[in-house]
Amino acid sequence: MDNVNAIEDKSMESTTSVQYIVVKIGSEQYGININYIDNIVRSEPITRVPKTQTYYKGVINLRGEIIPVMSVRIKLGLEPDEFTDKTRFIIVKVDGATIGVIVDQVKEVVTLDNDSIEKVNKANNSDAAANYIESIGKSNGELISLLDIVGLIVEASEK
Amino acid sequence: MDVSQYLEIFIDESSEHLQSISDGVMVLEKEPDNQDTINEIFRAAHSLKGMAGTMGYKRMQNLTHDMENVFSEVRNGNISVTSDMCDVLFQCMDALESYVDNIRNNQDEGTEDNEDIIKALNAFIEGIGGDGKKEAKKEETKAEEAKEEPKQEEAKAAKSDNNQLEGLTLADFERSAVNEALEKNISVFNIKVEVEESCVLKAARAFLVFKNLEGHCEVIKSEPTTQDIEDERFEFEFRLLITTEEEIDSIVSIIKSVSEIKDATPIQVTDKLDEEEEKPEEKPKEEKKPATKETKPASKEEKKPAAKEPAKGGGKAVSHTVRVDIEKLDVLMNLVSELIIAKNGLVSASNDGENGGIKSANFTEQIEYLERVTTNLHESVMKVRMMPIESVISKFPRMVRDLSKKLDKKMELYITGEDTELDRTVIDEIGDPIMHMIRNSADHGLEPTDVRIERGKPEVGTIALNAFQEGNNVVIEVKDDGNGIDTERVKAKAVEKGAITQEQADSMTEKEAVDLLFRPSFSTAEKITDVSGRGVGLDVVKSKIEALGGDVEVKTVYGQGSTFSIRLPLTLAIIQALMVKLGEEKYAISLGSIETIEDIAISEIKYVHAKEVIHLRGSVIPLIRLRELLDVPGEPEESDTIVVVIVRKGDKLAGLVVDSLIGQMEIVIKSLGKYISINKMISGATILGDGSVALIIDANTLV
Repeated sequence: MDNVNAIEDKSMESTTSVQYIVVKIGSEQYGININYIDNIVRSEPITRVPKTQTYYKGVINLRGEIIPVMSVRIKLGLEPDEFTDKTRFIIVKVDGATIGVIVDQVKEVVTLDNDSIEKVNKANNSDAAANYIESIGKSNGELISLLDIVGLIVEASEK
Repeated sequence: MDVSQYLEIFIDESSEHLQSISDGVMVLEKEPDNQDTINEIFRAAHSLKGMAGTMGYKRMQNLTHDMENVFSEVRNGNISVTSDMCDVLFQCMDALESYVDNIRNNQDEGTEDNEDIIKALNAFIEGIGGDGKKEAKKEETKAEEAKEEPKQEEAKAAKSDNNQLEGLTLADFERSAVNEALEKNISVFNIKVEVEESCVLKAARAFLVFKNLEGHCEVIKSEPTTQDIEDERFEFEFRLLITTEEEIDSIVSIIKSVSEIKDATPIQVTDKLDEEEEKPEEKPKEEKKPATKETKPASKEEKKPAAKEPAKGGGKAVSHTVRVDIEKLDVLMNLVSELIIAKNGLVSASNDGENGGIKSANFTEQIEYLERVTTNLHESVMKVRMMPIESVISKFPRMVRDLSKKLDKKMELYITGEDTELDRTVIDEIGDPIMHMIRNSADHGLEPTDVRIERGKPEVGTIALNAFQEGNNVVIEVKDDGNGIDTERVKAKAVEKGAITQEQADSMTEKEAVDLLFRPSFSTAEKITDVSGRGVGLDVVKSKIEALGGDVEVKTVYGQGSTFSIRLPLTLAIIQALMVKLGEEKYAISLGSIETIEDIAISEIKYVHAKEVIHLRGSVIPLIRLRELLDVPGEPEESDTIVVVIVRKGDKLAGLVVDSLIGQMEIVIKSLGKYISINKMISGATILGDGSVALIIDANTLV
């Protein structure tokens, strides 16, 4: 929360703004709210966990802690991950749990204010991917799908 | 008066006193004339009252006071212990416990006066005439006075300048303070305060003495100094030189009101102190002072043995204990875990031939040394965290007594192995499951008294609670000589409830039928009682024990009784494990559950019900192909033999087929996090020496 306040203080304009990390998954660009992000690490060998949810690729050792790693691609119904030099694990903290999210590439950090974020109506979408898109952000003429990271992780376990 | 820093001591000690009173009353109920027990209870009640009073908990003090009165009457032989009285006393204990609970939770005793209990208590005393109480009290105080008087006389008789300052050496300003007080007709006393030798927290008691004296008198000097007293650098007595305008008796009683203070003997200082005389006395003192100062900056190690020696010389073994917050121990445990991971890293780095590695003999030796140290360190930390199981099970005799009354069945609880130790975190969790099992035995197990007589069993039912260590496990058994489990009725009930079909019931083994009891919402008690029968119970026990990494087993003989055993791992955090390889993946299996490791020729595999089994030393052991169970990718290499890890759970065996063995390793168990769903057979993960992660297979779930 301190982060949010700090950002608000800096941009004393009429609207609030939030920073997003822009990542590439498949051919699309997604934004992840920076407040949930603990860390970004290079990809490393994943230990497979048998009989778990298909979108959990397994677990990794992050400085002595065991962290489950989730494939957003499988979760969103895309092609399976291909691990390259650019593959990164975004370590997010949600609801007291730490989880790694696999992305193809980390591009940049953007600051979006409220004006440039458009809510999407989830009800109109039957697409699996759309369920986890919170809103669409516009930055430098490009569209970024902003991920509902909490929904992605918390709901996932309930299904 | 600020007593908050003694709150924890107060809570701990009150609980201890309550427990010992409760134990005592249990004994008294059976042997009402046991004088030793009566005295013990009286002492405990008295200390409890004193402590509550010191801490300012008036309601608690009142209740204890009335309870103490009853005990006092019993002690004096004016009334005898009856079963009714025990009931009231237990109610009283419950009320006191709830005070202590309140204090623990919000530092306040609450507003419940428990007047009905006080009334009931007083009714016992009034039963023998209203004055008895006062008389007894008077006698007591008289006795105390009588004790004091001779001492005072003695002191007066031997009054001389030396004696009146016995045990004290005064500095100039202190002498003049004494003289000044005497001039103003203020009394000066040299008081010897004795602390009970069993007292563990001498410093705290002494502190309370000082605190309580505040406002009543002025302390000119103490021997040893207040600082030394606070640091507990004194034997079982210390001296105070005070000036006061109050009666010395009231001062002495203030000092004595602090619990565990054995005695306080005042000597009045009446003669003015001679300024001349002090000088020769001063000199040796001055010599002493620099000497003590020199030792102070010197290393503490030198001082400590010195301080300990006299304590040993005193003849009484004083246990040196430190109370430590459990959180600090958790931190310590985590650090030990990290150290072990780092050590494993070092071991694997030294063996890594491809990247150079280190092959020097000296290095290997040092690594081995490090391994020994970390293993010992881990064991020591574990031991620090261990607590005897007694703290949980000590409340059960009382519970069985209540159950006996409530269910109108006669029963006795026999406990063995209460000194068996378990990790503190396990101890905290284990109370409820054991309680469930005892209730279960009392309610479902033991037959009503008339049935027992009919069956030729002893009228009084027996419930035995046995705890003991077995290998790396602790086993807790609850055994009764009751009815045993009627498997036919269990099956019928399960069919009736739709849990199983009639066919399933017919083909069930005895053991499977018993296991039905552990299914959720299953109770065979025909009537729902306060005690059990609501269908929550054994399944809760099972899930709780499994969450702690243990398991529950039942043995029963219909008509003769049943035994429920809980098996728990000694440690939860760090275990010795066998590392095995399946394809490219590494897994750990707890060494505690491994019986043997065998090389078996493929030709020896037999089939029973289309399942693979092997014959080994007379027993038939089912094989479990871990590769298939864990969906390991790839195909195993063709080979004439297979490696089988034989694991045991209770008296069942199973053979786990693995590709190859890596070796034994000390591993730290880590959880996988809450959002990833893991199969029951994976009990956690661990970090290997090379930084990679291996999953831990819980063999218990496979057998």
